[in-house]
Amino acid sequence: MSRGPGAGFIRDTATIAGRALRQIPREPTSVLPAVFVPAFFYAVNLGALGIIERTIAGYSFKAFLLPMAIAFAVTGMSRAPKLVTDIQGGYFDRLCMTPVRRLALLLGLMVADVAVIVALCLPVLAIGFGLGVRFTTGAAGVLAFIGFSALWGLTFTGFPYAVALRTGSPAAVSACYVIFFPLFFLSDAEVPKQFLTGWFSTIATYNPVTYLLNALRALIATGWQTRVLLEGVASLVGIGIVSMTLALLALNGRLNRGQ
Amino acid sequence: MQDDDGYPGSGSGPAVQVEGLVRHFGRTTALRGVDLQVKAGEMYGFLGPNGAGKSTLIRILCTLVHPSEGRAVVAGHDVVSEPQEVRARIGCALQEAALDDGQTGRELLALQGRLYGLRRREIRRRLDEVLDLVSIGDAIDRRIGTYSGGMKRRVDLAAALVHDPEVLFLDEPTTGLDPESRDRVWIEVTRLNRQLGKAIFLTTQYLEEADALADRVGIISQGRLVAEGTPRSLKRDVGRDVIEADVIGTDPTILERLTNLDGVDAASNEAGRLVVSTPDAAAALSPVAVELGHSGLSVKSLTIRTPSLDDVFRQMTGTPQEGPESLVGATR
Repeated sequence: MSRGPGAGFIRDTATIAGRALRQIPREPTSVLPAVFVPAFFYAVNLGALGIIERTIAGYSFKAFLLPMAIAFAVTGMSRAPKLVTDIQGGYFDRLCMTPVRRLALLLGLMVADVAVIVALCLPVLAIGFGLGVRFTTGAAGVLAFIGFSALWGLTFTGFPYAVALRTGSPAAVSACYVIFFPLFFLSDAEVPKQFLTGWFSTIATYNPVTYLLNALRALIATGWQTRVLLEGVASLVGIGIVSMTLALLALNGRLNRGQ
Repeated sequence: MQDDDGYPGSGSGPAVQVEGLVRHFGRTTALRGVDLQVKAGEMYGFLGPNGAGKSTLIRILCTLVHPSEGRAVVAGHDVVSEPQEVRARIGCALQEAALDDGQTGRELLALQGRLYGLRRREIRRRLDEVLDLVSIGDAIDRRIGTYSGGMKRRVDLAAALVHDPEVLFLDEPTTGLDPESRDRVWIEVTRLNRQLGKAIFLTTQYLEEADALADRVGIISQGRLVAEGTPRSLKRDVGRDVIEADVIGTDPTILERLTNLDGVDAASNEAGRLVVSTPDAAAALSPVAVELGHSGLSVKSLTIRTPSLDDVFRQMTGTPQEGPESLVGATR
């Protein structure tokens, strides 16, 4: 019975993802902040900066800020803290003693992350719809928006996984979320780029998050703008290459730690 | 049971073959050239104090750590060049029960089965079998976080067994368990070996455990295998009787005076108990008693016994009784 080389890559990945997803409803505190925090920022920014909407005729600040709220919801949403628990408790070693494909240990978690991220988009989108935000690109645009958001969330999961695998430290994983703040706030996340000046404007121009947000905004407000969407995809690919490389190197390092 | 590589499974051939195994961790050397063999269907006890290299060896054999030098073959496959083949054939329960508190016992075991490629029906059947073996009862559907230490150990053991492995590695399986839980694990491990014919590599720091369970025992000290054989042969090789005296009080020269007696090989003080090694305890008892009578010590009891694995361990490793607590308890 034990002669086989294991279950195969796809089944391994599905098994790891299934376990990760089973844990979500049992640990709602790991997900609920990802809904409340963006809703809070969305409300606060609408209240504080709503004057912008009144200064530009026909401008919807609610639509402008919705991508920021989504980004807050999905960025950094990962099972990396749970991975740290597995490493510290020895369960990661137990998994490594099975014939599980090594990449599936990481990819399975990321698959679960994408499922959670998609689920998180829905309440945030519902808040936006409730406030009157409408997609000029229609239902297809909403789906593209969710897909884009899911890819965004996925590309950013590489960083906390890299830290989790490298350090096995919950404190280090928590600390790594700090990198998201400058990425967000040194972009046009909260204020349209034409209002940015000086060094801030320069940084926002080179910040990939600016282009990710622009792509999402295009889907809501301005339609299927190929150039803007491609710039967003390019930003995702760029960030993804960096984060996934770091995560894979960290996985390799963790697996070869004793070698 | 023959597999693709011609390895005859648990029928013949060594379950574990280790040759010249060395493992460095930075400037520390955990293993210094270990050679050993575990036969198919054999229960091998690997004994040593904390830090002797037991866990390093078992982690190498379970493919978690590579050896720095030497070679290890498990179930006919090299742990470095064929780790997936090894993993598919072994079951491992490491020192700490490595479980996920958020899953139920059943979920964890089913997940384990899936990773070994078992189909749903096979998993159900194997779960029935291993759950019967480890006697976990209805608790299997509770989250593992609610389990006692003993229950976690048994689920850990079940996880090591769910895919019906050829070779089972148990790293200090009873450390930290209460006597009742320890007895249950002993019964389960014995049943696995005697009834199902599993080769079992068991590390322990409990001499009593190795004595009770193992067909053969290897003793490791400072990364070297210093003795190997059946518990009976090892005790016979020590070849000395022991006189033990429980005493109260202090006498700084008593050990020297006892050692100088005719027919006494050595004397040591182990946690308030004097242990005198002698080739003939009956002949040495009287002079030892007289010497103790002349000392300032109050003698509570004076007993003679044949050598235990404890004595073998002390002789081979030079580890005094005041080392691991378990080495004290094992002789009582």
